[in-house]
Amino acid sequence: MRSFLPVLTVLAVIVGLWYLAVGPMNIRVSLDQAERAGQVVTPEGSRVRQETSVWILMAKNPGQIALGYDLERPRLPTPVQVGQELWKTTGEMAMRGRAMSKRSLIYHGWITLQSTLWGFVLGTALGILGAVAIVYSRVMDMSLMPWAIISQTIPIVALAPMIIVLSSQLGIEGRGVPKAIISAYLCYFPVLVGMVKGLRSPAISQLDLLQTYNATGLQAFLKLRLPSSVPYLFTSLKVGIAAALVGTIVGELPTGAISGLGARILIGDQFGTPLSIWAALLAAAILAGILVTVLDVLQRVTLKRMGMSA
Amino acid sequence: MTTEHNTQPVIEAANLDLTFQTNDGPVHALKDVNLTIDKGDFVSFIGPSGCGKTTFLRCIAALETPTGGTLSVNGMTPDEARRKRAYGYVFQAAGLYPWRTIAKNIKLPLEIMGYSKAEQDERVSKVLELVDLAGFGGKFPWQLSGGMQQRASIARALAFDADILLMDEPFGALDEIVRDHLNEQLLHLWDRTNKTIGFVTHSIPEAVYLSTKIVVMSPRPGRITDVIESPLPRERPLDIRDSKEFIEIAHRVRDGLRAGHSYDD
Repeated sequence: MRSFLPVLTVLAVIVGLWYLAVGPMNIRVSLDQAERAGQVVTPEGSRVRQETSVWILMAKNPGQIALGYDLERPRLPTPVQVGQELWKTTGEMAMRGRAMSKRSLIYHGWITLQSTLWGFVLGTALGILGAVAIVYSRVMDMSLMPWAIISQTIPIVALAPMIIVLSSQLGIEGRGVPKAIISAYLCYFPVLVGMVKGLRSPAISQLDLLQTYNATGLQAFLKLRLPSSVPYLFTSLKVGIAAALVGTIVGELPTGAISGLGARILIGDQFGTPLSIWAALLAAAILAGILVTVLDVLQRVTLKRMGMSA
Repeated sequence: MTTEHNTQPVIEAANLDLTFQTNDGPVHALKDVNLTIDKGDFVSFIGPSGCGKTTFLRCIAALETPTGGTLSVNGMTPDEARRKRAYGYVFQAAGLYPWRTIAKNIKLPLEIMGYSKAEQDERVSKVLELVDLAGFGGKFPWQLSGGMQQRASIARALAFDADILLMDEPFGALDEIVRDHLNEQLLHLWDRTNKTIGFVTHSIPEAVYLSTKIVVMSPRPGRITDVIESPLPRERPLDIRDSKEFIEIAHRVRDGLRAGHSYDD
């Protein structure tokens, strides 16, 4: 709870900067609208204004700046507008019993969440298995690790459409599976790296001790390496689930999906409704926040019960 | 007790060598080490760092492999002895698992060795008693002081009742007062269990107070420079350290250390 005030301060600064940015970002739209409504603006004509900088426009038309804070289709909506849009497409629809309507962000968020969780489970499993292989086999350490690193240098946006095409070639219906694969692709890496570190965290003397008991490799793994890696695992899981969410959203972007938060962002862009883009973005951020918080709480409870809380 | 059983040495090293190959050339960790340890002996290894005292202990435990000479533990090779769980090993750091209670920590070797649940519980309460930690089984390591943690780790080494106890500077990180107390307790424990103990230390009073046999070692190459059979009785109150015999042995140990010391050349 001590971190509450700093977090709020940062939030306040972001909102403040956001409000400041709305003026210059929306001045052209405001002036176009004011001109059409018959007001006198300088310079006249949208074309001329395109060539004038926003700062000059604001200086010459101080009366019209305020208009930018209440546009129907703003370039940059205000936080309040985004909040209202978000409420309109979530809470308000839920209260009318239409939470799962195609226009509701709850519906789209649910679609995204499902793929994220599948991707998270898949990526975590792959990451843990890969880490075990790397820790226990020198060959794997030398062969798998470089590829794992290279895999993360390939832009996921380029890879996503290929995964979708490939999976449809393999006869996989729908977008759920390819989206989960894309999501797992981003998620496995932090888990792999964290688990390699965690499984290697026991001190040499700890491993020597098990040697003196003539413990088998499996016993050493289950009784020492695995429990030792738990703090590392949770830290990686928190990074991993955020990556999984990004992966899912990217998987929804360039692939002609019509449902999911990523699809909402793309459709909002195509139809020129920035409000819906921003609302979907905010919804994605909130979703990520919830997922990471859930893992954080799980981490605290687990580590406390294991006597490992810092 | 048959005399034959008594004469069979528990640990026997003959012309033992151990050379590590490093980038800076070979390092002679042990050179021509000859030593016999009989059943029930309390043997201390003392010397400056780099003299090979820990390395020798690790050789006995089959955690290092000698490059020359012979070493037998209970009449077997060290590795066979390790597989037969011939010894308990206590490290300088207690190394208790933070996610296990004290009782569960002591159960660790028992679980690995496949003891039954009932026997595990029985042994845990027995060794907790031995190290004076009865009633602390349910506590987690962080709830205990450093000295208590080290006692718990000794209990862990005792749990499977090996005849040999190897201790590598077990009290090195503890303060003087706790150390005195633990030394006294260790002697009691040794007296009651009649185990053979190998004890690495760099404290002269500790070595003299505890041991029936003091092995003085010196570095470069790691070798034994003196083996002192202690004339002190088995029963040793703490104030024996003020007696004439005690001071004489301590003196001889110090002389041995000085003789083999290569720092002042």
